[in-house]
Amino acid sequence: MKLNKDFVAGMQGSLPILIGVIPFAMITGVGAVSVGLSFWETMGMSVLVFAGASQLVVFQLMSAGTPWIIMVLTAWVVNVRFTMYSATLAPYLQKLSTGRKAMLAYMLSDQAFGVSLSRFVSTEREMDHRWYYFGSALLIWVLWQIGAAAGALLGSLVPASWGFDFAFPLSFMALMFAALHDRPTVVAALTGGITAVLAKGLPYNTGLVLATSLGIAAGYFSESLKMKAEKSI
Amino acid sequence: MSALSIWFLFIAIGLGTFTLRFLFIYLFGKIEMPNWLSRALRFVPAAALAALVFPALTHPTGQLDLSLSNFRLLAGLGGALVAWRTKNVLLTLLVGMVLLWTFEAMF
Repeated sequence: MKLNKDFVAGMQGSLPILIGVIPFAMITGVGAVSVGLSFWETMGMSVLVFAGASQLVVFQLMSAGTPWIIMVLTAWVVNVRFTMYSATLAPYLQKLSTGRKAMLAYMLSDQAFGVSLSRFVSTEREMDHRWYYFGSALLIWVLWQIGAAAGALLGSLVPASWGFDFAFPLSFMALMFAALHDRPTVVAALTGGITAVLAKGLPYNTGLVLATSLGIAAGYFSESLKMKAEKSI
Repeated sequence: MSALSIWFLFIAIGLGTFTLRFLFIYLFGKIEMPNWLSRALRFVPAAALAALVFPALTHPTGQLDLSLSNFRLLAGLGGALVAWRTKNVLLTLLVGMVLLWTFEAMF
């Protein structure tokens, strides 16, 4: 049996990014165990959800005793970015059965999106985008699961006195700075962050949902002002 | 949380997340994402992550604490500097945790 050459190219394209994927997967595994999940619960979540940032968010909320529905909503909000990836990659992933589309969609990650899209827009060569994406996403998925398992096994060795729960906001911080591209995104972050501090007293962690909504609105408004100013020049 | 409700939590989050991933691949050629929505979505990561980070630093025990004895705020500011310069999760985590342990050992 010969492997499709674009499938192999996709895997090769993902290799450099694994340096970031594996430690992040391990952090997620350690985090899961630190909030009291068993090994199999950790792996179940890792396979069912497969989205590190939202999993860490759930761990932080779990340790704060947040109601179920707020955890679900917050995780969805954190993962809403996938709709952008999905819409951007959609033209490349057509002429497939619905089942295969579903499988490719399930494997979608920040990294698979980044690797595939940058290749698709930069290459002139005739290629099968679907195979390239599949190779890239599958390799990331497999290594993510291995990293999460390793983290879950290591996690039981981390004593509670280390304060590992502080690792959650620290991880979000790095992800947050990576999401700041221009003034409107900074406005969104500052509005969201400050509102969350002021609304901390609201029951059931509802301040989080409120703060995120206001942050999005502020960013949107700031961008509209910017666009208007640029138009009038 | 009971073991059963934990699995329901994972399934609910997983189903929703899958839908977000699948929606526009499936709907391609049928419905386009409206412009206002794609503009708004761009701000979700920054707003949501900041809303998680800020209170974790200012309310380490649930109460507002902006004093110098709030080690998580101090260590978090150190971590923020690293996050800003490198955008690297692992490095930010390492520096932030070491700062927290150092403050706790010193004071």
